[in-house]
Amino acid sequence: MKWNGKQTALEAPVTVLEFLQQQGYNAQRVAVERNGEIIRRADFEKELLRDEDTVEVVGFVGGG
Amino acid sequence: METVTQKTLYLARVQRHGEEAVKKLQNACVGIAGLGGLGSHIAISLARMGVGKLVLADFDRVDITNLHRQHYFVDQIGCLKTEALADTLRKIDPWIQLELYPVRLTPENIPTIFGSCPILCEAFDKAEEKAMLLETALAELPHITVVSGSGMAGAGSANEIQTRKAMKRLYVCGDGETDVAEYGSLFASRVAVCAGHQAHMVLRLLLGEDDSAL
Repeated sequence: MKWNGKQTALEAPVTVLEFLQQQGYNAQRVAVERNGEIIRRADFEKELLRDEDTVEVVGFVGGG
Repeated sequence: METVTQKTLYLARVQRHGEEAVKKLQNACVGIAGLGGLGSHIAISLARMGVGKLVLADFDRVDITNLHRQHYFVDQIGCLKTEALADTLRKIDPWIQLELYPVRLTPENIPTIFGSCPILCEAFDKAEEKAMLLETALAELPHITVVSGSGMAGAGSANEIQTRKAMKRLYVCGDGETDVAEYGSLFASRVAVCAGHQAHMVLRLLLGEDDSAL
């Protein structure tokens, strides 16, 4: 899987939520795009990431 | 004192930026979600550059604790930020078109409020709210491009603040790391650097500048 521009080995499909947790993201503070389409937070538990996907994860921090 | 008219202000901008750029900016509409340290400074820059219409949303009122970094004045304490900022923007450009929404932004009202804006600046304070706005705007408004701010707290180098294209329709400005909860303070200078990055990215989008170097 291509994740934030880097090739990342993905042995089996994982849910978005599982992937975010594995990578140490707070799921309430991210935007996730898969193959050019935004994935809604409500779907993080059911939408799967597969090895052929291109995924962008943007984590946000507070302040503005 | 020289009398300023819509025409003389237009011609003064043309003298500086050229007619082609001025026309593109005058015909533009940009949304700003959140009118704190980022949003107030973004709005000031866009108004100065002659962006024709701004859609401004913030439910909050000016507080004494805002004055250290946000573009408000002592005599505006207690006023709605939408109204206070509108007064300032009209001193810069009396003919600017403003749509003001003194409401809390939610997944329900964001598509309606910003539906007519091709470009939206995310200028919230809380990370969860930033994520909510991004998700809603990018999912519900298929033609919008969002310019977001993330990571401008503390007194670290201003050079760490950058603009990057994070997604097809998302640019993120900031250092990406300094959370106000961890770094304690938001300084006017560093927040304004980030706001400057956001306003400048908006300018580049409006002028059709190539973003392949990002």
